[in-house]
Parts: sequence; structure tokens; C-alpha cells
Amino acid sequence: MLIFALSRLLRAFITIALVVSFAFVALRLSGDPALEILSSDATPDAIAAFRSAWGLDDSIGVQFLRYAQAVFAGELGHSMRDGRDVLTVVAERIPVTLAITLPALMINIVIGIPAGVVAALNRNTPLDRILMAGAVAGFTVPSYVLGFGLVLIFSVWLGWLPSGGSQSWINAVLPVFTLGVGGAAILARYTRSAVLEVLTQSYVRTASAKGVPWRHVVERHVLPNAAIPTVTIIGLMVGHLVAGAVIVESIFSWPGIGRLLVGSVVSRDLAVVQGILLLVALTMVIANMAVDLLYGMLDPRTLSRRHK
Amino acid sequence: MALVEIENLTVTFGGAPAVRNVNLAVGEGEAIGVIGESGCGKSVTWLAALGLLPGHVAIDGQVRLAGEDIRGAPPKVLDRIRGRRIAMIFQDPASALNPTKKVGRQVTEVLKLHRGMGGDAAWAEAKRLFDQVGIPDPAERLKAYPHQLSGGQNQRVMIAMALAGQPDVLVADEPTTALDVTIQAQILDLLKVIRRDTGMALVLISHDLGVVAEVCSRAYVMYAGTVVEEGTVASLFSAPSHPYTRGLLAALPSLGGPVQRLRSIPGSVPHPNEVGSGCPFAPRCDEGISFCQRASPPLRQLSVEFRHAVACLRRHSIAIGDMVEVAA
Ligand SMILES: Nc1ncnc2c1ncn2[C@@H]1O[C@H](COP(=O)(O)OP(=O)(O)OP(=O)(O)O)[C@@H](O)[C@H]1O
Ligand SMILES: [Mg+2]
Repeated sequence: MLIFALSRLLRAFITIALVVSFAFVALRLSGDPALEILSSDATPDAIAAFRSAWGLDDSIGVQFLRYAQAVFAGELGHSMRDGRDVLTVVAERIPVTLAITLPALMINIVIGIPAGVVAALNRNTPLDRILMAGAVAGFTVPSYVLGFGLVLIFSVWLGWLPSGGSQSWINAVLPVFTLGVGGAAILARYTRSAVLEVLTQSYVRTASAKGVPWRHVVERHVLPNAAIPTVTIIGLMVGHLVAGAVIVESIFSWPGIGRLLVGSVVSRDLAVVQGILLLVALTMVIANMAVDLLYGMLDPRTLSRRHK
Repeated sequence: MALVEIENLTVTFGGAPAVRNVNLAVGEGEAIGVIGESGCGKSVTWLAALGLLPGHVAIDGQVRLAGEDIRGAPPKVLDRIRGRRIAMIFQDPASALNPTKKVGRQVTEVLKLHRGMGGDAAWAEAKRLFDQVGIPDPAERLKAYPHQLSGGQNQRVMIAMALAGQPDVLVADEPTTALDVTIQAQILDLLKVIRRDTGMALVLISHDLGVVAEVCSRAYVMYAGTVVEEGTVASLFSAPSHPYTRGLLAALPSLGGPVQRLRSIPGSVPHPNEVGSGCPFAPRCDEGISFCQRASPPLRQLSVEFRHAVACLRRHSIAIGDMVEVAA
């Protein structure tokens, strides 16, 4: 068990290290921050001064080692735009992004799972077909199309909801919905097939043969087993939400991590971009670990499989 | 009156019927066998009788429990019958048990449902049942998950679960097929002991005549969804009358000989859609006459005393009148 935990930690560490190094190299190769951040009429002297101040003159290897060293010391650097500490810049956006991603995750779960379960239990009925048609629509329509469509309907035509901004919770309604729909659709599909798979299992027939009423067969035998694969999908949903947040925050000018990322990439604010990517990688790794933990709790076979 | 009577049961999965006009009866405390190769409709017959097939499957005929027709009864009624009056256990015990529930809880679930037992009383009774079915160290095993037990132990758990409802009859669908030979013998012995101790009736589904002969007093031989021969085990063994039954007997390993599958009858069971209007066994039969291809023979009594009947034109003393009736 200890060895298992350690190997998982090592894997998590390697994942994060790979993401960060890849981002580092890609960013350095893709453009010169000095030219982006300084105004276009900056003198060559000013540009050279900027470069040496941010250590951009050194070779990429030296820059990387310096960065890695700093990260291990808990030091993520400073924004090239305004010189503020990256940790502060990123941290102040976290709650803003959570304010739309957590409700969106709730929508994923409270819409996606029941829809999938109901569809599976009513397989091949009109209800199933309607739910699954909805799910197909939900994940084939890209979030920017959905977002603009919703703005058109609810902000421009009906005038019920604001099309952007972050003054109050009402501003969050459209972003949360836009962000939540795709994931709910995916989760509904996976939940449906997980439930259908369990329904074919012999132990479900055993439960009925024991005289367990169908409702309890579903609650006690079908759903707990269908939850096992579904949990994995919820883990993947986290990645989906992070990626979605970048787009949705841009559409609705929601001042979260996603918009910070877009802004920082455009202006080649390297330290901030790296800080965000580190945070994202960390989030994914933690989500994966949470899934593993939950998986172990739901499926008693996990532990003995690990021992083998 | 028999405890369970199945009358003219026909089951159709869309397409041709997989079970056709099956008649079966189980007396109080009686042990009957249902024999036949894979795909003959043995499981489907009993799953249909207990309402365990999916809703879209068409089921015709009657299934009577103590005289009362339960076929197509509402779920509420069936839930009081399944597990309590008629229990059923299945072929592969490892997949027939819920992998995410402790086996003890799967047993107490029945105790709560059918005997209103809960908490410590249920746990104690489950422990007693584990003891009864020969699971060593029952207190510990109750807390195990199915994957932590062997196949034989899981089948014992299934049997304990079936006994928990104190049913009048246990339908055991190939309870030993998935187990290795020594464990098979132990499970069969267990079933015999339980029958002796509880007086419960038993329906033993098997493709092994030898297994049925060891445990049952009467048996039904099924082929391609129909009963082709029935009778006391003694008369089936001493005077097998259907060529299929004789084929099955010939395939039995001699005592102490190597164990082999029923492979000595050339060919295989036809799919329901391939069964024509003639005798379903005709294509594999080496005693057939041309008439066998044209009409499907009904079951005819050979001996009242041994309740022996056979569905074979060659065995019927075919009077002219019969010929007309059969052809019609
Ligand atoms: N769910 C189903 N859908 C369609 N056809 C089915 C279904 N279940 C069984 N059948 C068909 O019904 C026929 C009888 O099957 P059944 O399972 O009763 O055979 P069996 O005698 O129990 O064989 P085995 O020894 O393999 O268990 C087979 O031809 C099978 O293809
Ligand atoms: Mg079967």
C-alpha cells in the first residue's frame, strides 16, 4: 500500500514536471516577450535592458534550471507586465474561476447522472431517445457556439440576463450553464452505458431471483456498481471544465484564470502563463488522485488487484 | 396437486420460439432433473416461469404454484414468491454474486425481505446458514467479498442465500458446471444433505445425466426447446426411448473413466430459427424415417407407473388414426 501510494506520488510529480517543462520550452520558442510587452517604439537599448532584467539573454537550459530551482523554493517569479508576484496574481483569480467551475461541475453531476440512469432504465423508449438526443446535441455543439447562442437569446433578444461581467451572481448564470452543459451530456452518455452494462450482469438477475423489488435492485445492486466507471468520467470532467473555462471566461468576460491565461499568452507574460499551467497540472493530478481514492472505496476489488 | 406445474410454456425472443409447449411438474419435496445440451431451453424455461426474462420476451402458457397461476403476475406478487417460495441459483457463482457487497449482506438481504430479520439476529442466522452449507469459519467469511472466496465457496454462499428464504423449491441451474470435479461432487452432496434435512423440492438443471441420476428421482430430457422424454430416473436409464436420450447415456463416462463432455452425438442443437416442422432431432437422428422430417411428434405415455413418456414417432405404436392426427 505504501509502495503504491509512493509510486502514485512519483507519477504525479513526473506529470507535473513534464507539463511545466514542455510549457517552458514552447513558450520560449514561440515569441519574444520583450517585443510584446514593450511598446513598439521602444529603443534597442530598452529592449536589451528588459531582456537582461528578466534573464532572457541566457541559454534556454540555464533559464530552465533557474526556473526549476525557483519553483522548488516556492518562488514562481513575477509578472512581466506589472511586476507583481505570480502567486498573488494567479491566486486572486482562483475563487473567480471556482465560482463558475464548481457550479458547472454540480450541473454535470446533477443533470448528467440522473439523465443517464433514467435513459438506461427506460432503454429504447421515447424517453431514452429524447434524453440521448439532448446529450448528443449537448456535446456536439461547441461551447463558444452555445455561449453566443445563449447571449443572443437571453441577453440580446429577451434582455433577461447580462451577457458579460462579474458584478453579481446573475452574471454567472450564462457562463455556468454554458460550461456545464457539455459535461452533463458526456456524463449522461457514460452513465447510461455503465448502467446498461451492469443491467446485463448475472448478479442483477440473482437479486431479482431473491425477491428484491426492482426499485431496490436498482438502488442497491445496479447503481453502486455503475458508479465505479462513472467516477472515472467525473475525474475526466475536471479537465474538461478547466479547458472549457478558458473559452467561457473569454466569451463572457469573466475575470478568472482562463481569461488571465489568454491575456498572458497574448502578451507573452511567461511567468504568469507558467504559473497557471503549473496550477492546472496540479489540479488535474489532484483530481486523478481523488478519483483513485473514491474508486478504491467503491470497488472492494481494487485493493487486492493492487497487491497482485 | 403438484407444487409447481408448468403447462404449455412457450417462450419467444422475437423470431422462432426458444421453448415450445413445455409441460413440467414438481411435486412437494420431489427432486427432478432437467437435462439437455447447451441451448436446449433449460434455463429459459425456469427463468420464464419465475418472470426473470426481460419484458419484451413473449411468454405463453401457465405456471402454477400450489394451483395458482403466477405467470405474468404483477411484480409485487412475484417478489413474494421469488426467494421465498421458489429460489433459484445459477451456473457461475462468481458472477452471480454482487462484487461490491459483502457476501454476508447479500444473505441478510434475503432474511430481511422474507423473514423480517434484521441486525444481529440476521447476522447470526446468516452465520448459521454458512455453517449449514459447509463454509469454514463462517463469522469471518460473512465479511468477505465474492472475489475473496473460491468458486466452490461462492456457490455455497449462493445456496445459503437460497436457503435463507426457506423456499419450497430450489431451482439449481447447472450449479456445478463452472466448478472443478472434486468441488462438483461436494456441492452435489451438499444439495442432497440439504434436501434430506429440509424436505425442500429441487429442480436440478444439468447437461450431465450422471449428475441428475445421482440426485433426482425423475427427469425431463429437453431438446431444442421441447421435452422429448420424461420419466423416473430408473426407467430413463433402463429403457431410454428417445434416440437423443440414448445418445446422452452413451456419452456418459463409464464409472471411474475419464470425464468427458457430451460430444458423442454428432452435430449440435439447432438454433430456434432453424427448427422446422418436423422432429427437431431428426437431422441428427440415425434411426429416423422420412416421416420424422414432416411432423413433430407429441409426447406419448409409455408407462404410467414410471411416468415415462417420449416424443418419438418410432416409439409410438402408430395406429392409422394417430398417423392422421400427427400429420394434421
Ligand atoms: N436473452 C436471450 N435472447 C435471445 N435468445 C435467447 C436469450 N436467452 C436464451 N436464448 C435462446 O434460447 C435458447 C435456449 O437457451 P437456454 O439458455 O435456455 O439454454 P440452456 O439449455 O440453458 O443451455 P446451457 O446449458 O448453455 O445453459 C437458445 O437457443 C438461446 O439462443
Ligand atoms: Mg442454461
